[in-house]
Amino acid sequence: MQYIDNILFALLLIGGGALFAVNVRKIRRNILLGKEVDRSDRKSERWQTMLRVAFGQSKMMARPFAAFLHLFVYVGFVIINIEVVEIVLDGITGAHRILSFTGGLYTFLIASFEILAFLVLAGCVVFLLRRNVANIGRFRSPELKGFPSSDANMILVIEILLMSAFLMMNAADFRLQQINYDHYTVISENAFPISSILAGFYGNASPESLVLAERFTWWFHIIGIMAFLNYLPYSKHFHIILAFPNTFFSNLNAKGKFTNLESVSNEVKAMMDPSFTPPATEGPQRFGAKDVTDLNWKQLLDAYTCTECGRCTSSCPANITGKKLSPRKIMMDTRDRLDEVGKVVDANGGKWVDDGKSLLGDFITPEEVWACTSCNACVQECPVNIDPLGIIVDLRRYLVMEQSAAPNELNMMMTNMENNGAPWQFSPSDRLNWANEN
Amino acid sequence: MANETLQVPTMADMMARGETPEILFWVGCSGSFDDRAKKITRAIVRILNHVGMKFAVLGTEESCTGDPAKRAGNEFLFQMQAMTNISVLNGYDVKKIVTGCPHCFNTLKNEYPELGGKYEVIHHTQLVQELIDSGKLKVEGGEFKGKKITYHDPCYLGRANDVYEAPREVIKKLDVALAEMKRSRQNGLCCGAGGAQMFKEAEKGNKEVNVERTEDALETNPDVIAVGCPFCMTMMTDGVKHFNKEQQIKVMDVAEMIAQANDL
Repeated sequence: MQYIDNILFALLLIGGGALFAVNVRKIRRNILLGKEVDRSDRKSERWQTMLRVAFGQSKMMARPFAAFLHLFVYVGFVIINIEVVEIVLDGITGAHRILSFTGGLYTFLIASFEILAFLVLAGCVVFLLRRNVANIGRFRSPELKGFPSSDANMILVIEILLMSAFLMMNAADFRLQQINYDHYTVISENAFPISSILAGFYGNASPESLVLAERFTWWFHIIGIMAFLNYLPYSKHFHIILAFPNTFFSNLNAKGKFTNLESVSNEVKAMMDPSFTPPATEGPQRFGAKDVTDLNWKQLLDAYTCTECGRCTSSCPANITGKKLSPRKIMMDTRDRLDEVGKVVDANGGKWVDDGKSLLGDFITPEEVWACTSCNACVQECPVNIDPLGIIVDLRRYLVMEQSAAPNELNMMMTNMENNGAPWQFSPSDRLNWANEN
Repeated sequence: MANETLQVPTMADMMARGETPEILFWVGCSGSFDDRAKKITRAIVRILNHVGMKFAVLGTEESCTGDPAKRAGNEFLFQMQAMTNISVLNGYDVKKIVTGCPHCFNTLKNEYPELGGKYEVIHHTQLVQELIDSGKLKVEGGEFKGKKITYHDPCYLGRANDVYEAPREVIKKLDVALAEMKRSRQNGLCCGAGGAQMFKEAEKGNKEVNVERTEDALETNPDVIAVGCPFCMTMMTDGVKHFNKEQQIKVMDVAEMIAQANDL
């Protein structure tokens, strides 16, 4: 029976890993429900963008206080995960601190992890206060009511618990080392800058209780990590993974450049030049987007990458002036609808069956779509290069080209443009009058 | 400057004379028809005339770039406009274009190439900067010397195309105190007119965007709010009127400031 711990651990690891893989594949499948868009060009520029924006957090710095705290949590999270390597090795082999033979390096690493863990913990506490106590507009938007706001708090609480478990584990371990108990190999005191202080928390606990505490926090930590890993695909926190591919596949063109719909080009060319033969297309094409499957895969990847920070919404001129439009809500709606579409596909053996709902109408209203000034502030703000504007424009395209449902004033503007080549009702023959006026 | 005579050759004139202009001045619909924006157009021409630049306009052959249709979602109408314009521009073998409007600038520069219209496109503030830098245009501060100026970034020049410095460099040549608004450059707030909003009432909210933006400008306590876009001109002018400040604060295009300060 001495291997039962190792077996349990291996099962936990395999089970957790497999479940995560299944969920990630499902998300990948959902993203690929989107239309094709080529983002395979300019590779070196893409790597640089990813390094700068995702790895280097460059766009976070626009708001330095949040950026600073986020940096603690980000660096802490990434580096402390090195410790997970040891935990996994210990778990499988039944060893204790298997990497401690590295001596001075080990002391340095564990000490760094402890300091980082403390910074992560402190960062998360401040984040919780910012979300729940400080009156910060972008954390009070209506679209955060319900799950999104509890999701945010849950992530922070889990991280606080994980970091606490890690530190309390070291604290118990430290006490056991001090009394040379059993297999608790003595490591330099310098390895425990934080936990040596926390060790006082255990008071005069017996060695047996300390072992119990050490084991409990060890298991709590690793079970917590596996649980957290499997929570990610359901949470906004998935950005910790998707931020990297999402910035890699960024739109590298000028922000002002909107796509030219090729299907439209073919029709317009055919109209202007009777000798032009449009290339054959598969089935009827929809202009613009009514549902998530009309968007391209990058727009869907954007939706899964969004961590709902709301920098976009807080910089949106429409939102600032009280209009219904919130770029963050556009992204959240896209993800919610895509999850829903994914479930319909799952329930029907991998095939899409119309459920009578759509992104436009059931999630996003035309009122939101028409409030956009296309100013690109949301695109500029997004720390992970999400493009809410592209989705808004695709929804407008559907409203205008498929439904002729533009606001009346815009219809008048477009009629003017068709008739006299200007958005206002002026005669084209008066176009040069300015040259002779004063 | 009453009864001035502007030299405004059209491409058709030039072609008839067998001449080729250095640059095509794309006036845009606002610059052609809007009374306030026409003054900006004339200021740009005065600068071009002053430096003796060989330019031409399309005149009645110009038609809307299609920008507002595209932003409104009408890709058909946009591409009809674009392809019509491209056939005119290519017919004249146009190589370089200067625009008086950031929306025309963006559309011609970024969206026309894929449809067959490949030109070097610059905004008029970039042209003015080039003229100053190359010594062709000598600029003095004139009436603006020592005045406090704040510059409002047009979204389609700034964020959309990363042109932030040219207009500022030009303004600084007027020996003024350039004051930045709290939201400027990449973080500049829209005037509220983009995305075809210029042509419709705003959705229900608690404030107009141009009022919000004018507040930013007024915080800097400016003598002049400088703009580089005819739509921003309309929105900021209305905003200043909203606060009954039109007596104290002028809204001017960068080109107008240059022309006025130097009696062009």
